[in-house]
Amino acid sequence: MSRDRGDTGVTTETVISAKGLNLTFQTNDGPVHALRDVDLDINKGDFVSFIGPSGCGKTTFLRCMADLETPTGGSITVNGVSPEEARKSRAYGYVFQAAGLYPWRTIGRNVSLPLEIMGYPKSDIADRVQRVLELVDLAGFEKKFPWQLSGGMQQRASIARALAFDADILLMDEPFGALDEIVRDHLNEQLLKLWDRTDKTIAFVTHSIPEAVYLSTRIVVMSPRPGRITDVIESTLPRERPLDIRDTPEFLEIAHRVREGLRAGHAYDD
Amino acid sequence: MTRSILPILTVVAAIFVLWYGAAVWLNAAWAHDKAGRAGVELSFGELVADTWSQDKPKLPAPHQVAVELWDTTVEKKITSKRSLIYHSWVTLSATLLGFALGTVLGVGLAIGIVYNRVMDMSVMPWVIASQTIPILAIAPMIIVVLNAVGISGLLPKAIISMYLSFFPVVVGMVKGLRSPGVMQLDQMKTWNASASQTFWKLRLPSSMPYLFTSMKVAMAASLVGAIVGELPTGAVAGLGARLLAGSYYGQTIQIWSALLMAAALAAVMVALIGAIQRVTLKRMGMA
Ligand SMILES: Nc1ncnc2c1ncn2[C@@H]1O[C@H](COP(=O)(O)OP(=O)(O)OP(=O)(O)O)[C@@H](O)[C@H]1O
Ligand SMILES: [Mg+2]
Repeated sequence: MSRDRGDTGVTTETVISAKGLNLTFQTNDGPVHALRDVDLDINKGDFVSFIGPSGCGKTTFLRCMADLETPTGGSITVNGVSPEEARKSRAYGYVFQAAGLYPWRTIGRNVSLPLEIMGYPKSDIADRVQRVLELVDLAGFEKKFPWQLSGGMQQRASIARALAFDADILLMDEPFGALDEIVRDHLNEQLLKLWDRTDKTIAFVTHSIPEAVYLSTRIVVMSPRPGRITDVIESTLPRERPLDIRDTPEFLEIAHRVREGLRAGHAYDD
Repeated sequence: MTRSILPILTVVAAIFVLWYGAAVWLNAAWAHDKAGRAGVELSFGELVADTWSQDKPKLPAPHQVAVELWDTTVEKKITSKRSLIYHSWVTLSATLLGFALGTVLGVGLAIGIVYNRVMDMSVMPWVIASQTIPILAIAPMIIVVLNAVGISGLLPKAIISMYLSFFPVVVGMVKGLRSPGVMQLDQMKTWNASASQTFWKLRLPSSMPYLFTSMKVAMAASLVGAIVGELPTGAVAGLGARLLAGSYYGQTIQIWSALLMAAALAAVMVALIGAIQRVTLKRMGMA
């Protein structure tokens, strides 16, 4: 599929493409169909949210994109190549649900870890760490150890770590799940600004309908057993989104459609 | 500080009371014997005084051991064959060499077990089996075999130390190197980290608390190994030799002073590792 990018007017290039994707886990209780016949194209600059009840395969889908899980059927490409090649060319940054900072490294050195591994020059590393920490409002905290920071700050540090290197794709698995409403709003706003400024492609897993609607250009609704896509909702909201856009009728209309989609998925399940 | 000192002092005092009491009880028979042969009647005071000052008591009193320790450390030249410091150093040098060898061997085996499936399946049972053989049975053989090929002195004892000390290090390090969670390993994968980067930047730092803990156990085991290594050949120097000589000639005071010295050595070495642990983990932000 192709789509106009509104403000830039450039037609699109597919970044992630899944065709008939299947993944079945063999467990002791028999096979679990985590993904069944999933088709999805994500275009450059898209902000795609995945929403659906627990166990519907959101994480599994994201992990397939990241080459952390191997599909048992169908095909998936990232940047036109296999997920493995994409991973090896460091095409994406992955933010896990938990911050997962190394306790023996300071915040600054945690953020610089992927850069060290990827062999960035020393001087460049310092600059980048500075820049991404400012981006997530953690400037001045680089000498602190993770346990000296609140959970929200740790999560911001882990986002900074995924942003520190030049990956065009950002895969985020419920990055704000454990945060309180206010911090979450704030980070949502900043993430949106970052996306607007950098033109990254973002795949974002969430359980929150307002979060999905607020952030996304497209919302993918999934349902479990077997995990599959039941609805894809295009957002009609503008790129520029102040927080109070969430009170507009347009926003509520999209949220309503997402909710309907989730209900339908559940009904199918019963 | 004072809060931790008081309980310790209480325990120490209790030990001394028990020790002096036990000395009276165990040495009384000999005191009565002597008195009977001399045809004198002992008052309670005389009895106690005698039990605390015999030449070859069943259980020497603390002050007798203290005097012996003083005589054989402060009063003797370090080079003297009668200096306990000299004997301690002989044992300690074997202990330290064995500990170093054991730690290197243990870490090496642990890395092999964690990274190599075949080693994972095959090595651990042997490691465990090695520790079920009583060291007293195997120590003489190691000494004799090595002597036969012309190796004697420090190295055979160090090898017995190594034999005892690599075990806790293997067990601890395997656990430590495996301590990173699935997510941390996945993270490394998303950055396309090489195996050696994952080792140096994730597995090794994660294993540090485990390494230090097992090194403390290994150090104590190593000292036991060195002392045991001195027993079977009738070595002339070392704490083990002092123990052996003491038991030949019924020199219980000498035995106890050697025992206390060994305990003190172990305590100091373990405390030293503890200090290094605290500094290292603090610098790593893990303590
Ligand atoms: N490694 C695994 N082995 C076996 N089954 C798995 C594995 N990982 C996931 N599953 C199963 O696959 C299904 C999808 O899991 P997944 O983690 O993708 O769900 P999710 O949509 O992310 O759920 P949540 O919202 O709770 O995070 C679940 O039924 C889960 O039990
Ligand atoms: Mg999940």
